[in-house]
Amino acid sequence: MSDEAQDQANGAAAAGDAAQGAGGGLQIHPMDQFIVQPLFGDGPVAWYTPTNVTLWMALAIVAVLILMVFGASGRAVVPSRAQSVAELTYGFIRKMVEDVAGKDALAFFPYIMTLFLFILMANFLGLIPMSFTTTSHIAVTAILALAVFLTVTVVGFVKNGAAFLGLFWVSSAPAPLRPVLAIIELISYFVRPVSHSIRLAGNIMAGHAVIKVFAGFAGVLGVGAVLPVAAMTAVYGLEVLVAFIQAYVFTILTCVYLRDALHPSH
Amino acid sequence: MAVDAPEGAASAPGMPQLDFSTFPNQIFWLVVTIVVIYLILSRVALPRIGAVLAERQGTITNDIAAAEDLKRQAAEAEKAYQKALADARAEAQAIAEQTRAEIKEDLAEATAKADAQIAAKSAESAARIEEIRAGALEAVETVARDTAAELVATLAPAAVDKKSIDAAVTSRLKG
Repeated sequence: MSDEAQDQANGAAAAGDAAQGAGGGLQIHPMDQFIVQPLFGDGPVAWYTPTNVTLWMALAIVAVLILMVFGASGRAVVPSRAQSVAELTYGFIRKMVEDVAGKDALAFFPYIMTLFLFILMANFLGLIPMSFTTTSHIAVTAILALAVFLTVTVVGFVKNGAAFLGLFWVSSAPAPLRPVLAIIELISYFVRPVSHSIRLAGNIMAGHAVIKVFAGFAGVLGVGAVLPVAAMTAVYGLEVLVAFIQAYVFTILTCVYLRDALHPSH
Repeated sequence: MAVDAPEGAASAPGMPQLDFSTFPNQIFWLVVTIVVIYLILSRVALPRIGAVLAERQGTITNDIAAAEDLKRQAAEAEKAYQKALADARAEAQAIAEQTRAEIKEDLAEATAKADAQIAAKSAESAARIEEIRAGALEAVETVARDTAAELVATLAPAAVDKKSIDAAVTSRLKG
């Protein structure tokens, strides 16, 4: 395994060299920004290797710390600006959990808050030029979505027992339609983690790749670079929006799934 | 395999997202990150912010309660003031009434006294008038007796009898 990984890493490095060497022509590598590399040296990427993934995830932790711990460390009754933002974030997610998933879902509030803050911070950190966007990787979002899927399924069966299967049996539909609907419901249930993860990774990856493509054009157009730069600015603004919206969407879908688990009746 | 792998990774349109060799690495660090963030949030950040929010809610509730209390106190003070004002007014009225009654009483007393004095004076005057009148009658009788005696002495000196003259005059005066 280590041989293979080493070979691939070498290959990636070689590809980078080739891209730089070609220079003059229209050489755009919009996907190079997503390559996972070791932080130190060119070794193989083993499961424990500190990579750029490690670095940017650690920075996400730092960002969460700054906002939620140091920002709110004043514990002032009249909050400072940072404390206000922390409290706003707290209230925003708490209200979302309460409104969408119900009061009994508040036990999952720290978990949902973790998902939201990690995705939000990773998305925004990824918008820093030259950074690495951890949420653009399907491996990351798939694990997040699978964790939600497993949590929801386990919670659903633990809280409701076999009654959780009522989620797939649409009792309000005409009787002959119910088996058909049950199959559709079952498929849609198992597609959830797929759409949940690809929606996030796809959005983030596409936005970053588009910016990189425009940047490649800007590099070769000379004075005409004004156009791609303007386009990049516009896309960047859109990406700021997307960074927040995708974190929001992921979180609210988690709440919706959780509601299904806690109250499976249609 | 050693020959194949580089080409797979190096191909330009290949997506690093689908490079499965990096998956264990990403998943490992993701799990670490999520656990760390979860611990930070659930142990430190969320209880703290929740406590601050609860404290603020408590402070606001307390302040509102205190404001309500002060308002109630102000209303009470105003009521007490109004009551004191009404009491003072009533007292003043009572004093005025009392004074008026006293004055009336004094006046009545003085009037009665004056009446009594007047009555006494008039009685005295009446007595004196009576006295004077009696004196006058007596004088009339004396004059009449003397006159009769003179008349008798002049007209019939022989028949001067003082006693019968007096009796006659007296009976005439009474008659």
